[in-house]
Amino acid sequence: MQQVMEASRVERHSAAALIDRTTGIQAEDVHAWFDRLHALRGISMTVAERKITAVIGPSGCGKSTFLRCLNRMHELVPGARVNGKVVMDGQDIYRPGVDPVQVRRRVGMVFQKPNPFPTMSIYDNVAAGLKLAGEHSRRVLDQVVEQSLHAAALWDEVKDRMNKPGTSLSGGQQQRLCIARALAVSPEVLLMDEPASALDPASTLRIEELARELAKDITIVIVTHNMQQAARVSDFTGFFLDGELIEFGVTNDIFTRPKDRRTEDYITGRFG
Amino acid sequence: MAVNDLAAARSSVRATGDRVFQLLLAAMAAGIPLIMGAMLVALIAAARPAIERFGFTFFVSSTWDPVAGEFGVLPFIYGTLVSSALALLISVPLGIGTAVFLSELAPNWLRSPIRFLVELLAAIPSVVYGLWGIFVLVPWVRVTLTPALKGTLGFLPLFAGPPLGIGMLTAGIILSVMVVPFIVAVSTEVMRTVPRMQREAALALGATGWETTRKAVIPYARSGIVGAIFLALARALGETMAVTMVIGNVPQIKASLLAPAYTVSAVIANEFAEATEDLYVSALVFAGLALLLVTVIVNVLARVLVSRVARGPSLIRE
Amino acid sequence: MGVVTFLCTVALLVPLFLILAFLARTGAGALNWDFFTKLPGAAGEPGGGMANAIAGTVLLIVLAGLLGIPIGVLGGVFMAEYPNARLTTLARFTADVMNGVPSIVMGLFAYVLVVLPLRHFSALSGGIALGVMLVPTVMRTTEEIVRLVPQSIREASLALGIPQWRTTLLVVIPTAAAGIVTGVMVGVARIAGETAPLLFTAFGNRFWNWNILQPVAALPLQIFSYAISPFDDWHRQAWAGALVLVAIVLIVNIAARAAASRQVKLR
Repeated sequence: MQQVMEASRVERHSAAALIDRTTGIQAEDVHAWFDRLHALRGISMTVAERKITAVIGPSGCGKSTFLRCLNRMHELVPGARVNGKVVMDGQDIYRPGVDPVQVRRRVGMVFQKPNPFPTMSIYDNVAAGLKLAGEHSRRVLDQVVEQSLHAAALWDEVKDRMNKPGTSLSGGQQQRLCIARALAVSPEVLLMDEPASALDPASTLRIEELARELAKDITIVIVTHNMQQAARVSDFTGFFLDGELIEFGVTNDIFTRPKDRRTEDYITGRFG
Repeated sequence: MAVNDLAAARSSVRATGDRVFQLLLAAMAAGIPLIMGAMLVALIAAARPAIERFGFTFFVSSTWDPVAGEFGVLPFIYGTLVSSALALLISVPLGIGTAVFLSELAPNWLRSPIRFLVELLAAIPSVVYGLWGIFVLVPWVRVTLTPALKGTLGFLPLFAGPPLGIGMLTAGIILSVMVVPFIVAVSTEVMRTVPRMQREAALALGATGWETTRKAVIPYARSGIVGAIFLALARALGETMAVTMVIGNVPQIKASLLAPAYTVSAVIANEFAEATEDLYVSALVFAGLALLLVTVIVNVLARVLVSRVARGPSLIRE
Repeated sequence: MGVVTFLCTVALLVPLFLILAFLARTGAGALNWDFFTKLPGAAGEPGGGMANAIAGTVLLIVLAGLLGIPIGVLGGVFMAEYPNARLTTLARFTADVMNGVPSIVMGLFAYVLVVLPLRHFSALSGGIALGVMLVPTVMRTTEEIVRLVPQSIREASLALGIPQWRTTLLVVIPTAAAGIVTGVMVGVARIAGETAPLLFTAFGNRFWNWNILQPVAALPLQIFSYAISPFDDWHRQAWAGALVLVAIVLIVNIAARAAASRQVKLR
């Protein structure tokens, strides 16, 4: 615990060094389809800047779909469509003419199962976002890679084996590697889709601590099926059911004084 | 705003990059149907003089006389069909027997080495088979096999004629060695899949009856093995070098398996380079076109049959 | 029953061992330094070698690769990235059909396409005949391996704000690279031993030739013409050539296996 707190102080510097700016998100009447399946029905939600907002709900409720609407990944699925507004930094990312690739640059994502690039080293994995976009300066890459690994609380564990394959790390380390990779391109928002569900309890806690740390510098939205995790980690929580946002509020309020019957049923474990 | 303009400019370049790359990939993929189409067009065009001159009689006439300009491929068709049939006659029992051995009876440590050796058989080039055929198989057929056959079954017209060593029988033998790996490979695969399906089918049906399992599963084993045979047949029909080196290359239709013969692919191989007049070349291309058509049809049939096994039976019976 | 099937297996493998034995004995016996360095001697005269034939085979493989590898690999990538496109179904069917076409017919195609207009045989036509055989093989193996690249890898790259084409080119293809190389090598091993399509395209040559518009010697062609010749010395050299050819095919196959083992696990 002591070590984590000391490391945190160093990391605080680094995450701030990477993130130039952050923003809240305003979702307005967002609808999403998979072909004819109406997966999201009119979601309106505010994600506060520099806070962790959790999205909870039973399987199939649309929480991952909603997350993918925030970085324009949903539309990559053949037959998928999105309607509505998602405003970041005063701009609707779905306004015609907006480049989805740029949006994905500004909104980082970490996935449920860690997915480091299998043919790349640890260094190359973190640098991938910059290198594949054309950055070649060794000096810049070295600096960003180190900052990112510090920010992801992974630096000490890998600093002596940066050339080893990314897949040679443990599950928890791989996930932090993916977080470092996402941070390296200096996003304004970080989306986390059940980031710890494939990990053991110890790694899960580390990811949660990391999220709390990162939230000091960057807005985070986290999807989780683990209610205790949502309660531990987030400032605000939204409860989804069947593609609708049933209730949204301060995490503590949602979990202790839910307003909607369905929220209460879910939280008390009557379903899902 | 300058930053937005830059972003917009980069984004249109990027969209173009996506489209250009996609077009490039699509163009390459389109290359295959284009090549196949070009091949058909080129071959039909080159065969046209012969097609117009001979038409259907091309396939029923036995006269192959380049000097007189008379071209009939019946002897070659006969040679191709009989040598391939012989090859199947020998390779199918051997191949299925080996497949049974490999999939059911062989101890585990023996499976990989044998499979490796069978793959090795398939990897040896045709001309090397032909070389071995000329210097090892032909003498053996002449000195050992033919006298033995004549001694026991010599009264049959099948084994009439002098022991030359070269001929239809030798071609059939060498073809059988070359196609047997295909039979082994596909049959082993079928025999691995079908027992698994059997177990699953039995479970799904509540193990209600051997009868139902039998009706659902064994037809698939059969169609898979028939598919393997078709695959081998397609290979045998098109095989050129080994056959032409041991079959004798005489365009004749004889009842005896000991007589020299000629196949479609062998006559193209031997005579094409020296074919001078247009009609001669055209006739050979016509023959090649016919060979192409037949092997493609047999191949497609084979794949349909084999893919049925991969898909498995529908457990929803009518 | 067990005995019968075991005997079947033995009967099947006997020719293999016989061939290998003859290659080792007669072939190795005729292998010498001259074989790899000299040109063929005059008919009937002992001596000479197959140096130009070995070089010619290499040249033909290079030409075939130049045609077959780009079309095959990029076409296969297309089929893997757009599995539901109509073009993909068409390409897959055509590739499977082409894999079953007798190789001599490929030679006829190259003849009509190149030899007729040029009015003479050439290495180019031989390379095209072999290249056309390489395309469907490489396309299908590439498609299969690229399809195995998990979607999560693509998503990771796209989520970083990397455009689709760069994702395919710089992330997906490198991930499948070893498998693609394996497929190419297996295809090359197959065409290296082909004789029939070269009989009236590359045609053969008694001398050195690096001009692709002229006929060129090739190892399988040389083996064939020596084997059917009446000269004992040439028969021995044919065995030597066959040994070298089988060795080349084996080495390429082993290299393909080595490449396959370097492929990162995709499942």
